[in-house]
Amino acid sequence: MTPPLLVVDDLKTHFFTRRGITRAVDGVSFTLRAGETLALVGESGSGKSVTCLSLVRLVPEPAGRIVGGRVLLDGEDLLGKSPAEMRRVRGKQIAMVLQDPMTSLNPALTIGTQIGEVVRLHQGLRGASLRARALEALRRLRIAAAETRLGQFQHQLSGGMRQRVSSAIAMSCAPRLLIADEPTTSLDVTIQAQYLDLLKEVQQATGVAIILVTHDFGIVAANADRVAVMYAGRIVEIGSTLDVFNAPAHPYTRALLRCLPDIDARGGRLVEIGGQPPDLTRLPPGCPFAPRCSERQPRCETEYPAAVSIDDGHVANCWVAVAAGARPR
Amino acid sequence: MSPRRRRLPWFAGLVLAALVVAAVFAPYLAPHSPTEGDLIKKSIPPIWMEGGNPEHPLGTDRFGRDVLSRIIWGSRISLVVSLVAIGVAGTLGTLLGLVSGYRGGRTDAVLMRLTDIGLSLPTILIAVVMVAVSEPSFRNVVLVIALLLWPRFARQVRGETLAIKEHDFVALAVVAGRSSAWIIRRHIFPNVVPTLLVISTLQVGYVILLEGTLSFLGVGVPPPNPAWGLMIADGRGFLATAWWMSLFPGLAMLLTVLAVNLMGDWLRDHLDPRLRQVGPQVELLGPAVTQPESTPARGIAAASGEP
Repeated sequence: MTPPLLVVDDLKTHFFTRRGITRAVDGVSFTLRAGETLALVGESGSGKSVTCLSLVRLVPEPAGRIVGGRVLLDGEDLLGKSPAEMRRVRGKQIAMVLQDPMTSLNPALTIGTQIGEVVRLHQGLRGASLRARALEALRRLRIAAAETRLGQFQHQLSGGMRQRVSSAIAMSCAPRLLIADEPTTSLDVTIQAQYLDLLKEVQQATGVAIILVTHDFGIVAANADRVAVMYAGRIVEIGSTLDVFNAPAHPYTRALLRCLPDIDARGGRLVEIGGQPPDLTRLPPGCPFAPRCSERQPRCETEYPAAVSIDDGHVANCWVAVAAGARPR
Repeated sequence: MSPRRRRLPWFAGLVLAALVVAAVFAPYLAPHSPTEGDLIKKSIPPIWMEGGNPEHPLGTDRFGRDVLSRIIWGSRISLVVSLVAIGVAGTLGTLLGLVSGYRGGRTDAVLMRLTDIGLSLPTILIAVVMVAVSEPSFRNVVLVIALLLWPRFARQVRGETLAIKEHDFVALAVVAGRSSAWIIRRHIFPNVVPTLLVISTLQVGYVILLEGTLSFLGVGVPPPNPAWGLMIADGRGFLATAWWMSLFPGLAMLLTVLAVNLMGDWLRDHLDPRLRQVGPQVELLGPAVTQPESTPARGIAAASGEP
């Protein structure tokens, strides 16, 4: 098996505030292979976005700081790089698509200029070949009338179009890792599906690895190869999408899946998870989900659960799963 | 947007156009020399008064210099001083504002305290001190005004930068491997330009008044230059008998400042980024850019979560 493209090992990003230390990301580990899509799911504030920002070292300083762990891209530790080295890695190897297409394009520059500049920076093209490359980037994301678009500004485009243009910019220098932080949240449902299909198409053509942050299980099911469920700054369950959906091992994952509306069960009230996500400045010693967990055991309140293998590549951190007979990793 | 707000303020435009024409073509428009007077013809009243002379429509001053000619030449001084001073202060202030807003932290703190100091400088005192240590000259007037003006630019541009910096395209530019200098120049600065245009325009009125004040106090452009402030000062001893010496340059100043401020207000409404989007968005509805969505939409079931 080929070595993974990205290895995240025990990543810790904390925010130092007047109220105390917020452990936004507290020991996240996962791997990602080229051409694979990993979905990060979880409630708001569970650390999905901060994990992504940490990968490209864009954690808002000085409050936020990566305090531990390693991020290996192709075996090179990104956290140890100097700002200048990091700059080289970012554009060429890693690209990003963010949630809000309204602010991801510069309103003062034309689309053509914005794509052109990224292409020129990383491939040193000029003139006609630069333009050809920009057009190609737009066409790959199925942007109609690409030539007209080059001369247009962001306010002349629809939301879906903008998101495709920012993706075109992100993909224009053939990155190896694309971090998509809730790319479809502000798009309407039909455009969401189209956009994600398009992303998949581009992935198949280029072999880019994608980290897809979302809280929509529908998107996970349709697009991700693997899924990592995050809670209170940690991954509580990770595995192939099929495994996690068919046999969720962590009560939190089960609860999340129960929250989804079922097309066959009409008229019933939607299930919710009672209680509040924990205060990240004052995490309990045990499992942070324990206070809201319906299957809580005494041990859950005192000791953080060990990682247990449910299946090949399917891991959960839960004492209930341990009690059910899963073998510790 | 109401059509009323978009309409060009014709009065202000007219006054400003007249000012620019007067400044540029002063040698051809002014009937007399602005500095050479004929003492025999001193203190002639305006043309419509008893004793008026058709050669001097707005009368002459106590040295026999033509008031109209001096006002025309004076527009040149007002205009050049404001353009140069605003140019200098705008460049400096914008640069510091951009750096301050983008870098944040200690840089920001230091630069903004400097700005606070700059904003609290007592205008007239500084001017008088400046002149006490050096001669009144065109260059010194510009320097004094620029010194008093840059913090206004710095403060405003910094605020704007703070807002623009939070947009995703800035974060994405960082991810794309751009340097801070490049991001400031290419992503932040173009978005500050509309604001810059508006504050620059709004400052013109202030600068003209300030220049007038300095000249009036004798610490501005040195005599015998026909600065409006100097003319007002010259005539102030004769307000009861020869009011035209002071009134007409004062009127010129009033009209100019009023026109510039009206223009600035209009520009601000016009360049407001929230309003700017209205125009082109409407055109999108035209047939030229309908988007054939090429990927067929999938069923809702596929998107709703069954694996």
